[in-house]
Amino acid sequence: MKDTAHIQIPRAINWNRLEDEKDLEVWNRLTVNFWLPEKVPLSNDIQSWAMLKDSEKELTIRVFTGLTLLDTIQNTVGAPALMPDATTPHEEAVLTNIAFMEAVHARSYSSIFSTLCSTKEIDEAFRWSEENPHLQAKAKAILDTYAPGNDPLKRKIASVFLESFLFYSGFYLPMYWSSRAKLTNTADLIRLIIRDEAVHGYYIGYKFQRALEKLPAAKQQEYKDYAFSLLFELYDIENQYTEELYDGIGLTEDVKVFLHYNANKALQNLGFEALFPPEVSNVNPAILAALSPDSENHDFFSGSGSSYVIGKAVATEDEDWNF
Amino acid sequence: MPSIRLIEHENHIPEMNAPYVLITPTYADGEGRGAVPKKVIHFLNIPINRSNLLGVIGMGNRNFGATFALAARIIAQKCNVPVLDRIELAGTQEDISRVRAGLIKLRDNPCSTTAC
Repeated sequence: MKDTAHIQIPRAINWNRLEDEKDLEVWNRLTVNFWLPEKVPLSNDIQSWAMLKDSEKELTIRVFTGLTLLDTIQNTVGAPALMPDATTPHEEAVLTNIAFMEAVHARSYSSIFSTLCSTKEIDEAFRWSEENPHLQAKAKAILDTYAPGNDPLKRKIASVFLESFLFYSGFYLPMYWSSRAKLTNTADLIRLIIRDEAVHGYYIGYKFQRALEKLPAAKQQEYKDYAFSLLFELYDIENQYTEELYDGIGLTEDVKVFLHYNANKALQNLGFEALFPPEVSNVNPAILAALSPDSENHDFFSGSGSSYVIGKAVATEDEDWNF
Repeated sequence: MPSIRLIEHENHIPEMNAPYVLITPTYADGEGRGAVPKKVIHFLNIPINRSNLLGVIGMGNRNFGATFALAARIIAQKCNVPVLDRIELAGTQEDISRVRAGLIKLRDNPCSTTAC
């Protein structure tokens, strides 16, 4: 007879007994938002791609291989590393969804490549990603934190920074192209990824905050200090990565503002205050509009925006409205 | 500035007897369904809460694309009031001071945005 005494059998998950309602809320949101790259008509971008200069094509492919690496890490290491730290069985289930969607994201860059690029261009860009010191440095900084036996809360901090900060030096470019009516279908696909990463960053940040609030003040301060020091380390790498990629096209300063804005949002996901002041984190309005198209609004208090007429019909059906 | 938090009113819906501004999150899925929280819908179903509504401020995240602060736009359309502002996540210091200044201006001149 086999010795099974040391094997811990998990309890069957009962979704009708929740310890944290947030698990079901996020599970529902993620499953409703499920998508595959085949849903996006990427081939409509072939003409637009042909209009880009060779240097712009090279930049775009490199940016996407960088994003592929981050999604691969989150798929194979990041989300699985968070599972043993889960405080509810439902949290573990949500993390399996997050892990799988990261695989979909990583896979979708290859769909973009196979639609738009030659095999030679693709292979060159993947080689570049393996040799680029800044890209490798950010991967290493995150993987060190994910290592087995490391602190569960530090892992969550690193994971939120990956989901909510590190992707954005890359996401900037398709938003920039989209603001100039280039590669607009590719931008639609990237927006689906951005939407997923926003839920991931929010959820992991939420779990971090729930765990943090149970700790004494001194311990809380320790984690906050760790978070800011990791952010500074990653920010330093991101700056160099951004300069190397975007200096040639003259967009470095614009991308850096976008990094500051997203670093502030990542910190908010962890429940911490913003680091970068408004002077250096006010993103180019064209990029903001590319992030959330069709949401244009005239905001009275800021005086910004183009109109307050909604261009697109919105889903208002709800049996609860009675007027 | 006086404020009421809807989620703290578990079992009854508050009635607003003076002009006020509504601040709401958005819970939309990818297609925009379910954007306005149920609690807010129940609150707005009360006629006096609609007649005293001066405007709405949406909270959200631009990363949700076209559904960013969608609840505020839906309410504005249904109640015929303006969207006064849209704030990402919990807002920055700059957002907070802009909203505060806007609310003070609105309090001193409640007709500045509406045709009343």
